[in-house]
Amino acid sequence: MTKLLNLALSEPGAAPAAAAVSAAPNHLSFVVVGHVDHGKSTLIGRLLFDTHSVEDGKAERIQAACKAEGMEFEYAFLMDALLEEQAQNITMDTTRVSFRTPRRAYTIIDAPGHKEFLKNMITGAASADAAVLLVDANEGLREQTRRHGFLLSLLGLKQIVVAVNKMDLVNYDQQVFDRIRAELGEFLGRLGVPPTYFVPISAKLGQGLIQPSAHLPWYHGPVLLEALEQFRSTPPLVGAPLRLTVQDIYRFDARRIVAGLVEAGSLSVGDAIEFYPGGKRSVIKTIEAWPVAPDQPAPQGPIPTGRSVAITLEDQLFVERGQIGAPLADPPTQAQAFSARVFWLHADPLRVGELVPLRLGAQQAEARVLSIQRTLDAVSLDTSDGPTSEVKRHEVAEVHIRVRRPIAFDAGGRIPALGRFVLMRGRRIAGGGVIDASLSDQSASTDDQPITAATRSALLGHRGAVIWMTGLSGSGKSTLAQELEKRLLRAGVLPAVLDGDILRTGLSKNLGFSPDDRRENLRRAIELALHLADAGVVVIAALISPFRADRAMAAKRAAERGVPFAEVFINAPLDECERRDPKQLYKRARAGEIPLFTGIDSPYEAPLAPTLEIRTDRQSVRESLDKLSEVVLKLARPSDPEDTAGANI
Amino acid sequence: MSHLDELESHSIYLLREAFHAFERPAMLWSMGKDSNVLVWLAKKAFCGHVPFPIVHIDTTYEFPEMMEFRSWAKEHYGFNLIVWINQDARNRGIGYETTDPVTVTHELKTVALQQCLAAHKFDALITGIRRDEDSTRAKERSFSPRTADFEWDYKDQPPEFWNHFTTDVGPGEHVRVQPLLDWTELDIWRYLEREKVPLPGMYFSRSGKRYRSLGCWPISKPVESNAANIADIIEELKVTRVSERAGRAQDHHERNAMQKLRAKGFM
Repeated sequence: MTKLLNLALSEPGAAPAAAAVSAAPNHLSFVVVGHVDHGKSTLIGRLLFDTHSVEDGKAERIQAACKAEGMEFEYAFLMDALLEEQAQNITMDTTRVSFRTPRRAYTIIDAPGHKEFLKNMITGAASADAAVLLVDANEGLREQTRRHGFLLSLLGLKQIVVAVNKMDLVNYDQQVFDRIRAELGEFLGRLGVPPTYFVPISAKLGQGLIQPSAHLPWYHGPVLLEALEQFRSTPPLVGAPLRLTVQDIYRFDARRIVAGLVEAGSLSVGDAIEFYPGGKRSVIKTIEAWPVAPDQPAPQGPIPTGRSVAITLEDQLFVERGQIGAPLADPPTQAQAFSARVFWLHADPLRVGELVPLRLGAQQAEARVLSIQRTLDAVSLDTSDGPTSEVKRHEVAEVHIRVRRPIAFDAGGRIPALGRFVLMRGRRIAGGGVIDASLSDQSASTDDQPITAATRSALLGHRGAVIWMTGLSGSGKSTLAQELEKRLLRAGVLPAVLDGDILRTGLSKNLGFSPDDRRENLRRAIELALHLADAGVVVIAALISPFRADRAMAAKRAAERGVPFAEVFINAPLDECERRDPKQLYKRARAGEIPLFTGIDSPYEAPLAPTLEIRTDRQSVRESLDKLSEVVLKLARPSDPEDTAGANI
Repeated sequence: MSHLDELESHSIYLLREAFHAFERPAMLWSMGKDSNVLVWLAKKAFCGHVPFPIVHIDTTYEFPEMMEFRSWAKEHYGFNLIVWINQDARNRGIGYETTDPVTVTHELKTVALQQCLAAHKFDALITGIRRDEDSTRAKERSFSPRTADFEWDYKDQPPEFWNHFTTDVGPGEHVRVQPLLDWTELDIWRYLEREKVPLPGMYFSRSGKRYRSLGCWPISKPVESNAANIADIIEELKVTRVSERAGRAQDHHERNAMQKLRAKGFM
């Protein structure tokens, strides 16, 4: 038994600086994507088979099993190992397999083509160095061909080979190949990811994969494997500044060890380093290593990009998980708001205003989507007409995001690892995004500035407003107000309901029901609503308020104070309201117990031009709410929110 | 940076993420070659410490030489070793002498692991499985959630990209953290050679035979080999086309045995 302890340092004491730029070319991982049934699994099975990477007996065993079950043998079965997949003839999840050529080792990431399995495709493609995009020669470009091409561009994969498959089905016709090349080349070119190669193949028949095919005399480019051999494993970032993601601080003894990953650049003992967000600075004192060799000098660096490291600092700084170590001269951006392109994978859409946990590197922060500039159909590349309120599953969108505390990042693809984030829904990763630019942020420094409505709205992610619901008693104001309140809360908007009961049991307890007292009650309601709205709250005032003059006063006061205001007429015919009579008020009014009751012996002046009219006798609560929340959300979050109007893009 | 450096750094990243994310992580250790790489990487990740318990699920069918290695390694690495035996199953007479290997593996490994997990309330198990070992493992995630019933929902696995993982679990659930997923058998051997990681001697040829994969003694069969050191083994692997676990009887007892074992919570 070997009982020797390795006393040599595994990390070379003084690796040359060039180590960071000469990434070993001996391993390439590539993802195979494309529309369902365009032959991904068959291609992979065939590549494994033809490179002699299938273990002895496996192909024979599967052939025997196929024969026993009366199925035709397919190379895809070499890949699709799980029972369900063989049964349904589809790949269910990302699969990774390896093969070797004399030149190097390969990992194939098989990303399933089914639409609902997009998360697996992203899981697979996000870690690949290169991509093979498969297109069926017979079918041409299909939905997922485009969608996957689009996602490759979003994921930053630039080494792409398009394999035009099933050439045998089109008699190896060059025109078919050329047509697909032109169409897909144009599409991917527009996305900024023009493919490096287009290769005609027949995976099933093994044509154009390893050796030039006799069926394709008109094709003079590389066969698929040759094309792959040209690609490089993840090209290193040359000349990028240090970015050290701090994962943890260890205190196994008296020292504080900062553990993390060198995401870009390199670090050495003696380097000045600054930690963002925050900006605390120190100097790297030691690079920790295990096992420790007594006769060898401690490592001094440089530690290149991609290495996990542990360091100590000259000063006892309070460094935290999530911070980014960077050189003083070239720090990351530190900001609280940014524009980004996101993709969404969860069935429950990403909505404007809701709080979602965001993770970037080891940083974690609560984020709020301030606005969705537009959504992009990943298939047609058509954009939505303008701002929308949600990003649905499998959609891509341009958004403005605000996090609750500043985070550090590098935008615009400068250092890709520092510009990517994921969004969580519950315990799951629900989406991802790439930061395009930081946005100027009005609430970032509030200490020496007066607090304004804009400051508050920047904090809340929406502005205050007053929704004035008027209508007869029993028309449905209270019901709708309460349901609307719930909806707004879910949408991340802070609501408050103000209705007659609230006023009469508190603020207006000293008032009766004379015309003067009713007017005073309403005046108090208006002022309270405006004050709350000023503080950023969306006030739902549900009050009979029968007189036009009173409501006009409310609108006028709102305009004076710059508070967005909407008059909503909750309309139901008097006889319907009287039939409902939830509080038995009509009954008592008819009996003479309540004098001057609106609708009975006092008039109701219907609004002449309300922002919205809701017929509660004709529309369901749900329909009414849909309309109401649309109006209210537009009011609370105008398409170009104030706090991003001065966007510094 | 070499491919081994890349693999090592990524595994260390995963170990550190797991140690940060979970309250009660533990590392499974079978004493095999992958397990020993795992412990080695933990020592590197945590600067010579192993800040979580190391769990050995003892089937009571361990090779005596492996038991010797266990005592030695515990002392050598200085980790907190938890040994767990499904004593209940052994008392009921479950064993290779009486029962089929799939049932024995299930009882003495999977059920034992369940018992150990429940007793210690672990919320994460760090394991040494690799994608290239078995086709079902090819679909695994680095952080792979398991239900309270130990089930792996491979049809609806959470997304995992850009170094972000599933790190939250519900009551009774746990996450399998699999830092060696991207490693191949050849990578493991090259790393063992480069780092001079101590290994049980049974991996090396004696009288023309060696063990390529080590499990319970009644079902582990040696392969014909003259590979007496790691360099020999690496040369041998470059030309072999026999699967690594070919010597493990429980995988082949019936069709799709491995998938059935894994759906029930086997690694």
